[in-house]
Parts: sequence; C-alpha cells; structure tokens
Amino acid sequence: MSLRIVVTVKYVPDATGDRHFADDLTVDRDDVDGLLSELDEYAVEQALQISENSDDDVEITVLTVGPEDAKDALRKALSMGADKAIHVEDDDLHGTDVIGTSLVLAKAIEKAGYDLVVSGMASTDGTAGVVPALLAERLGVPQVTLLSEVSVEDGVVRGRRDGDTASEQLEASLPAVVSVTDQSGEARYPSFKGIMAAKKKPVESWDLEDLEIEADEVGLEGAWTKVEAAAERPARTAGTIVKDEGEGGKQLAEFLAGQKFI
Amino acid sequence: MAEVLVYVDHVDGAVRKPTLELLTLARRIGEPVAVALGAGAEATAATLGEHGAVKVLTHDAPEYADYLVVPKVDALQAAYEAVSPAAVLVPSSAEGKEIAARLAVRIGSGIITDAVDLEAGDEGPVATQSVFAASFTTKSRVSKGTPVITVKPNSAPVEAAAAAGAVEALNVSFSEKATGTKVTARTPRESTGRPELTEAAIVVSGGRGVNGAENFAIIEALADSLGAAVGASRAAVDAGWYPHSNQVGQTGKSVSPQLYIASGISGAIQHRAGMQTSKTIVAINKDAEAPIFDLVDYGVVGDLFEVVPQLTEEIKSRKG
Ligand SMILES: Cc1cc2nc3c(=O)[nH]c(=O)nc-3n(C[C@H](O)[C@H](O)[C@H](O)COP(=O)(O)OP(=O)(O)OC[C@H]3O[C@@H](n4cnc5c(N)ncnc54)[C@H](O)[C@@H]3O)c2cc1C
Ligand SMILES: Nc1ncnc2c1ncn2[C@@H]1O[C@H](COP(=O)(O)O)[C@@H](O)[C@H]1O
Repeated sequence: MSLRIVVTVKYVPDATGDRHFADDLTVDRDDVDGLLSELDEYAVEQALQISENSDDDVEITVLTVGPEDAKDALRKALSMGADKAIHVEDDDLHGTDVIGTSLVLAKAIEKAGYDLVVSGMASTDGTAGVVPALLAERLGVPQVTLLSEVSVEDGVVRGRRDGDTASEQLEASLPAVVSVTDQSGEARYPSFKGIMAAKKKPVESWDLEDLEIEADEVGLEGAWTKVEAAAERPARTAGTIVKDEGEGGKQLAEFLAGQKFI
Repeated sequence: MAEVLVYVDHVDGAVRKPTLELLTLARRIGEPVAVALGAGAEATAATLGEHGAVKVLTHDAPEYADYLVVPKVDALQAAYEAVSPAAVLVPSSAEGKEIAARLAVRIGSGIITDAVDLEAGDEGPVATQSVFAASFTTKSRVSKGTPVITVKPNSAPVEAAAAAGAVEALNVSFSEKATGTKVTARTPRESTGRPELTEAAIVVSGGRGVNGAENFAIIEALADSLGAAVGASRAAVDAGWYPHSNQVGQTGKSVSPQLYIASGISGAIQHRAGMQTSKTIVAINKDAEAPIFDLVDYGVVGDLFEVVPQLTEEIKSRKG
C-alpha cells in the first residue's frame, strides 16, 4: 500500500517584523523577511510522524502557492524531511484571496494526486483558518480539522478536536483533509543532514496554465472580496505606570474604581 | 427590506451572546432571519425575537451532533435558498468560520472572516477587520455573490428590538458528504461557573510569571472578585498550568473585553494578537521593560505575588 500526503504550507511575513500593506492594499512582502508559517511546521511534523508510524510506503509532498521567495518555505519543509515540493507561482496570482487560494490549492492537490492533505490551523498573516475547510469542500472529501492529535491506520484518519464547548474524537475514511493545531506537538528542527539532503530534492514549478485556471478567476481583480481601506491603528496613548512600593495593588484598585470597574 | 440570514450559536436552546450581537449588526443592513439547528432549536425563538429576528428557521436531526460541520452547511445552504438574503452572518467561532467558508464556495460568494464591525454601504455591507496582531484596521466588502461574513464576539452591543420571531420549519436534505466525518466521542468541557472567555466583560490573565499551576489560584481569586473570566498566555498553557481552552492569543482565543488585566505576561506579538483590541488594558509585571507596558492604560511594575492579592483584597473591601 502506498500513502500520498500533500502538506500545504504558506510563506508569510515574519510576525515579529514590522508588517504593513502595499499601495494596492495587499500584504507588503518586500520590507519584512518571509518564512515558513510556524503553524505549518506543525503540519509538516504531523505528516512526518504519520509516515514514521506507518507500514505503508509514504510519500510527502509539500505544496505552496506564493511568490518566488516562497521556495524558502518549501526548502525548510524539505529539510525537515518531506520528500518533494510543488511551487505554484504566477504573476497573475498577486492579490488572490482565500476563496481563490483554495481554488488554486485544490487544483494543484488534484494534479499532484493525494490520499491525505495536511494543513496548518491558520496562516500567521491572514489568520482566517478556513482554507482546510474550503479544500475539503472543493475536493469533495471529509474534513477532519483543528486536531491536537492525529493518526492514520488502514485507510482511516482519526483525531481529537478540542472545541469551545467539548473535546471530540473524529474519524473519516481517506482521502481526507486534516488540519492540525499548535497543540499537536513541537515541530522538529532540520538536522544538518536534512538541510544538505533538501538541496537535492525535487521542486516542481507550476503556473496557472498547468492547473487550467483562468487568470480572471484569481488575483486582485478576480478576488471575491475587496479591501477598501487599511489604516494603522493609532498607538495607544501612553498609560500611567507606577512602581510598586507596597501600595501597588491599592493604587491599581483606585484606578479601576475611577474607571467604574469596581 | 432585504433579509439577512443569521446563523445561531446556541447550547440546547440557550442562545449565546455573540449571536445576539449579530442581530444588532444584521438590523443595520436588513431584516434578520435566524437559522437555528439541532437540539433545542425551537427554544431559541423567544430570545431571538426579542432581539429583532423576524423569523427563526429551525431544524433538528441527529446528524448535527454526530457528524462534523457538513450537515450544518447543508442546512444553512437550504436556508439561503429559501430566503435569498442580502447577506449571511455567522459567529466567528472555529466551527462558524468553517461553516461560513464552505457555504461561500457553494453559493459562489466571497467571505470575510473575523469582522469587528459592520455597516451598510452603497455596494453592500462594509466589514471592519483588525489585522496583523491588531496593528492595522481594514475595511472590506465582498465583491462577488452574496456577502458571507463572520463576526467576532464583543463586536456590537446586544440590543432589545421586538420582532415576531416566528418559528418556521426548515426543509433540509443532507448531501452525500454530510456523513463523511463521524464524531465518535464527545467530552463536554466542565463549566467553571466563570463567564465565557470570549464573551466576558473583564478578563484576568496569567503568564509564565505565575510560576506554577497552584499559583493560578491567585489569578482566579482576582477574577472572581471582578466577576471576570480567566485567561492564560501560551507559556502558562504549555507549562501545563492552565487549560488550552483558556489561552489568549493568536492560536488561542481572541478577546476584546472592556478590561484586560495581564499578570506575569511579557506581551509577545502572538499574545497581543488576541487581546490588543481590549478597551482598557492593565498589566502587572516585575520587568519595567516588558513590551506589555507599551499597551497599558495602567501598569504596575512589581511582583505579582504582592500586587495581585492586595488588589483582590482591596476590590473585595470596596465592594463590601
Ligand atoms: C506561531 C505562534 C503562535 C503563538 N500563539 C500564542 C498565543 O496564542 N498566545 C500566547 O500567549 N502566546 C503565543 N505564542 C507564544 C509567544 O510568542 C510568547 O512566547 C508567549 O506569549 C510568552 O508568554 P508569557 O508572556 O507568559 O511568558 P514570558 O515571555 O516568559 O513572560 C513572562 C513575564 O512574567 C514576568 N514575571 C515573572 N515573574 C514575575 C512576578 N513574580 N511578578 C510579576 N511579573 C513576573 C516577567 O518579567 C516576564 O515579562 C505563540 C508563538 C508562536 C511562534
Ligand atoms: N498560499 C498558500 N499556500 C499553501 N498553503 C496555504 C496557503 N494559504 C493557506 N494555506 C494553508 O491553509 C492553512 C490555513 O490558512 P488560512 O485559512 O489562510 O488561515 C495554512 O495553515 C496552510 O496550511
């Protein structure tokens, strides 16, 4: 038996950098360093663990839709241990929103061939957390999302979803789309050997034509949503800061009373 | 007036507060028609009517509890087809966002997630979002199809507005995919008796500085003196001191209370992402250089083990 896993990974601007918008109100990717979204490292990690715990012949493909530099994200995932990579890149993709991104990812996943898709819980820039559900909808397969624990056995994926009101055990037959949270277990660091090996692993490049997607279905023009304005949040006015010299708690209570919280 | 579909989040008929906030927003753009699914659906109608729902479409079936997400998407789609609304509003819970997104693809519409405000506009509703860890505010609209918008808790006041709240049975036939993901077991979260984190008016959070699960009693005591919910930083959660369901931040809950009190929390960007839109922010930290102090309205540089108990005592004595 063989098991083909596709892990979707996003290249994002560093959250600790000074992120902002470009003139066309898309995310500015020039002034802030990019990297593999930390939340997608958990997806790569779980794919690797599924592979390590499997008797099947597992092949892990990492897939990204993003600009030229997004190759860095693929390299990182390859150096963690994924087998090969696919980079969907096309000038017409600039400004694509979640609906469009899910279309491109779904077509690429179908073209690559898959039994299991593993995604992160959310991208650290857009933070919508909806792409995995959208992929399940588009691919017509079960969604088993937001898992803090996941396993695959005999063509069945099982996992635990810790929701707002309950913790649920879920089960679905493959093919399926799963997403994993940052509670699923620390992601491994690439080893020196892994980094060297990654340089030799294949990275395929596809464009919209390869996926039979028309340019007007994606990009800023084709987007299903329009950002009309973006403004930096005004800096909070400097607050009062006191040093505790034995009365700090009481001073704070006085402040809270003044604000009518007590 | 155009109808606006509002997806109801309820527990056995008890409507959760974010849904009532959605009704306030829905009334700005049209006439709210609510969709309530699962056990207790009909029992939601009275409350929804009091807050402006003209109609409440209801349906119950075991599928809603036994299978993940898709049965609810099928039902919301049935409601969409029955009503042809001007917009669809869904609470921004993890599940709410998934339901909304799948509906959007099915009906060929765009989606906006995690709106914090909503107004009517010439070209359809305009949603405000808070992005990049709340350092930017954007205004967006859906430009294709019927707007599907998910809205975060605490984005609007709950307002009484009497309407009929007439119950109508919704006809739902489940798709073949509805039973794809089975829920094989469910363990409800134990109630602490404290307010729900995302809905609370006051949140009291502890971080690595709390230094141990047993010390969270100090944070809880402060929370209880104010009738607040308890939050935790990821460092405190990862250390096993407090449950993940209480984590505030990018990968935890996003809160926007009237008052947020951070104790022993440094204020990393991922933590700020989940609390920066709080109205009043207060911090207690022994490091005067901690980034959390950049956000505060009032900060105390000091040892939380001294300051927090004193604060709690003072609140109790003032409240009498
Ligand atoms: C992808 C990703 C997602 C993340 N998601 C989240 C998230 O959702 N939520 C989140 O919180 N973090 C998140 N983080 C982690 C985040 O980067 C920080 O590591 C975390 O917020 C730190 O928690 P902390 O402030 O409690 O700990 P620290 O940064 O260690 O700060 C502890 C603070 O306590 C103070 N202190 C210590 N002792 C005392 C005392 N006795 N009295 C007073 N003050 C004291 C110290 O001065 C210090 O400022 C995420 C990180 C990544 C990479
Ligand atoms: N451009 C992209 N390329 C590859 N994967 C993506 C992309 N955008 C989103 N994803 C995947 O979808 C998950 C959720 O993203 P989002 O819905 O944007 O928050 C991420 O963790 C990724 O696994």
